[in-house]
Amino acid sequence: MDAEAHELIAGYALDALEPDERARAKELLERSEEARDELRAFTEATAAMATAASGPAPPPGLRDRVLDAARADRETVVPLASRRRPRLVPVLGAAAAVAAVVAVALGLWGLSVSSDLDDSQAALAQAQAAAAVLASPDARAVALEQGDGTLVVSGTDAVLVLSSMAAAPAGKTYEVWVLDGQTPVPAGLFDGGGARDVVPVDGSVGAGAKVLVTLEPSGGVDAPTTTPVVASAPV
Amino acid sequence: MREDAWALRRHRHLSDEALIALVARGDDTALAELYDRIGRVAYGIALRILRDERLAEDAVQEGFLAVWRSAATFRAERAKASTWVVTLVHRRAVDIVRREERRRAEPLEPVTGQDAPDPAGSAEDEAWLGFERERVLTALAALPDAQRESLELAYYGGYSQSELAEMLGVPIGTIKSRMFAGLARLRALLDETDTETAWTPRLTS
Repeated sequence: MDAEAHELIAGYALDALEPDERARAKELLERSEEARDELRAFTEATAAMATAASGPAPPPGLRDRVLDAARADRETVVPLASRRRPRLVPVLGAAAAVAAVVAVALGLWGLSVSSDLDDSQAALAQAQAAAAVLASPDARAVALEQGDGTLVVSGTDAVLVLSSMAAAPAGKTYEVWVLDGQTPVPAGLFDGGGARDVVPVDGSVGAGAKVLVTLEPSGGVDAPTTTPVVASAPV
Repeated sequence: MREDAWALRRHRHLSDEALIALVARGDDTALAELYDRIGRVAYGIALRILRDERLAEDAVQEGFLAVWRSAATFRAERAKASTWVVTLVHRRAVDIVRREERRRAEPLEPVTGQDAPDPAGSAEDEAWLGFERERVLTALAALPDAQRESLELAYYGGYSQSELAEMLGVPIGTIKSRMFAGLARLRALLDETDTETAWTPRLTS
């Protein structure tokens, strides 16, 4: 790609092109994988700018407006199957649908009312602990060497922020560990399964320590029995 | 309680990408869950550009309708699902602001009501959004002034490259190269402070 092509993709990612150039950018994206890769990188940056812009909460009625518009659209444009060409179904989208089916098969969506109440008490305490770390002025992000997400550290307090962590299967739980030296120390349990799991790390996380997560039997164990699914870089 | 409250609880456990797959099959409760996750950021960027609550709502509604209609064409290897949704809403907001002559006469000002409490958001989400916001603002502040100005006027102001060239009195080629250099630099700065990688289908069992 020449300089002009790079600039075209940047302008496209920012939605800063006039209609004729937008069309040129689309043509380029159709034929160039390099251009698509660059667009992906640039749109992650622009989406981050969107996050930084977020101000007041949307009005409460907007949610229903969005859903009503979608439902009305479905009633006027049918059937879905015939207007969508099968070859357009993304491979990873199909994998995600399979993951959803597997999640149902594992019974992950069944929760009793009483456990929900217990969950909400524990969740409140967790949220308060996590918010204190995330909001502190010296909070910094530490990379994960394994797993998707970030370890946020403030002093010796730490919070794991994990994305797309599959829910722990029935009879299992995720266990957090602090590895400072040779022996991992238990640092809390969580079930995963959220779009974003925010998990405060129990105990202190000193300089040079790593935070790990393993899948363990429900109730947790005293020493890890499986390979970590999440591992931070040294703090 | 809403009739689809139970369905929403079920979807809580799915990744954004899995929700898009369900939306592609016409599942409106999956669209509702996506709105609950991304609606706040989507509305925030739309309001930043349009500076009018009614128009911002229009942009969010139209953006999510685009998600609803084109979910089957979403490709996870091209963008994270949340990024894709924000991109569609941003594009609608920019299209609307360019239609509205009114905006062009107004000075670009920061949105008021920043950091207003969100009764629907959890404390964790609020704290995380605050952390992310700081991280991005820090990265933006580290850019050369001319690059930051180009990015902000384009992405937050909805100005096109040719409009900016005229407004700032510089050649359009300069604007284009500032945008490219600024975006590349911003991306590198964000990468330094974040390791969140692309979503990959993964089952830990």
